Amino acid sequence: MLRYIGKRIFWMIPVILGISFILYSIMEITPGDPAVIILGENAPPEQVEALREEMGLNRPFLVRYADYVLDAVRGDFGSSYRTKLPVFDEILERFPTTLRLTVGGICLMVLIGLPVGIVSAVKQYSPADNISMILALVLNSMPNFWLGIMLMLLFALQLGWLPSTGASTWKHFILPCITLAAGMMASLIRMTRSNMLEVIRQDYIRMAQSKGATEKRVILNHALRNALLPVITIIGLDFSALLGGTLIIEQVFAVPGLGTLIITAVRGKDVPLVMASILFVALLGGFINLIVDVLYVYVDPRLKSQFVRSAR
Amino acid sequence: MKKMNTTAAAPAPEAAVKQRSQLATVWMRFRRNSRAMFGLILLIVIILIAIFGGLAIDYDTYVVKQNMTDRLQGFTGTHPLGTDHYGRDILARIVHGARISLSMGVSIIFVAFGMGMIIGAVAGYFGGRVDNLIMRVMDIFIAIPYTLFAICIVAALGTGFGNLLIAMTIALAPRFSRVVRSAVLPLKNQEYIEAARACGTSHLRIIRKHVLPNAIGPIIVHATLEIANTIKAVAGLSFIGLGIQAPAPEWGAMLSEGKTYMREFPHLVIIPGIAIVLAAMSFNLIGDGLRDALDPRLKN
Repeated sequence: MLRYIGKRIFWMIPVILGISFILYSIMEITPGDPAVIILGENAPPEQVEALREEMGLNRPFLVRYADYVLDAVRGDFGSSYRTKLPVFDEILERFPTTLRLTVGGICLMVLIGLPVGIVSAVKQYSPADNISMILALVLNSMPNFWLGIMLMLLFALQLGWLPSTGASTWKHFILPCITLAAGMMASLIRMTRSNMLEVIRQDYIRMAQSKGATEKRVILNHALRNALLPVITIIGLDFSALLGGTLIIEQVFAVPGLGTLIITAVRGKDVPLVMASILFVALLGGFINLIVDVLYVYVDPRLKSQFVRSAR
Repeated sequence: MKKMNTTAAAPAPEAAVKQRSQLATVWMRFRRNSRAMFGLILLIVIILIAIFGGLAIDYDTYVVKQNMTDRLQGFTGTHPLGTDHYGRDILARIVHGARISLSMGVSIIFVAFGMGMIIGAVAGYFGGRVDNLIMRVMDIFIAIPYTLFAICIVAALGTGFGNLLIAMTIALAPRFSRVVRSAVLPLKNQEYIEAARACGTSHLRIIRKHVLPNAIGPIIVHATLEIANTIKAVAGLSFIGLGIQAPAPEWGAMLSEGKTYMREFPHLVIIPGIAIVLAAMSFNLIGDGLRDALDPRLKN
């Protein structure tokens, strides 16, 4: 197992290198001169040229990229062009807000999506099932940010129950979290439902029923446990997608999180900040996927035995 | 069907018969699915509105021309869905927006899936080192969250239809190559592929004539569902100002413009959103219906 984890972590190195190269190339063709961005539009050309020389911007692309990678390996990811602060100071300042949103969204999604999916499978073709399937369809067809706007319109502007924008109190997080949760809930509901339906037809469920176990016990102890497995993967995948995907929601609710930081950085061609923040998100996503995969092996004994056999 | 079994000696016409009959079965199953049919009818209606409504309503005079005397009206006889803050008719903008959203969604998926199909089929068919190399490179692309990726590329290339198409293709094609590869992989060692190879058929021809046609079912289903996601994604990018830009009547851009006035005039943000939901829903319904029709075992 440790070897497997080691291998996966080792594989992240070329992936991260590849991402950094792709991003560096994209930033290279993005219009805008970093020296002008730092000094401002009205800086005299001599000063701009001097700074370009100082920053090494006149060197060939590959030399600069290699330089960036070497600095990064030493832990120096550079400073933001705009604020002049080290990029990781900026990222770590914004990250807790985004993390709170993401974790809140995931919890809400599981708390609502899982029971809905279970009920929908257990009472297949009942009105409850139909309603939840229509709910999943509508949620799946709805752009996340529009749902956010609608919630804001209703709960913040019309009813005045919740604040509309910002992130200063816990109340500010309610609407963005619901918005995030709703976006992913559709796939969770469908996944839970189809897994449960498959599991319910297995022999061991009939066995448990014929032994006289109560309906509740059969569903919760025997069926749900098995149906949960692929759900864990969904949650893991969503988690990493979410870290990158909160950005439009953050724009809607004016939440000063990582997404807002990245969009501002991309728009202002703040190369060090764009590079570091996207690498950060990608790396975090990679680790979350790894954790999910490892958890998976521990939760499902069948996989574990398979794993042991193939490792030999 | 009976005839097919007895005429095994004539392979060419049999293949033709079989192909047609399979398509017919799929269509029959699809037609019985009321949700899928609803989606199909919804899509046809949207397409008709986009084509004929777009022809009937002049773009320059109704969609982009500002008319400040009529600004921010509610639902009236001359403006059934009201007007926006520049006095432009919202119905006209929604109708023309359908053209943008549909063509964006379909063309992005067409190009991205085309690319993904080539990459994925080559990787899955050849396997081994080729597969390993290609898929490791794809892993790198996939590891970048795709909205972020698309935003960076749009920032580099600039906004607009063509650049958005390029950006979304680069961000999506690697993901699709994975889907195509997993559909191709189980076919690789099938006997008929081996037979074709033994006959000296070229790799390109085998991939084109034998591998892809057999893998196309799940790919089409996935593509249809992805059109819905792409319509949403394009609207999202336009909403943050990195997609199709104003004054073009893109639904996401309309939302973004209307958001400033939504407290007093909520219809500015409600109507474009409903348009997006309906368009995305039609593709979702059709995609689900196709999946059930292509493989009834997967139903539920």
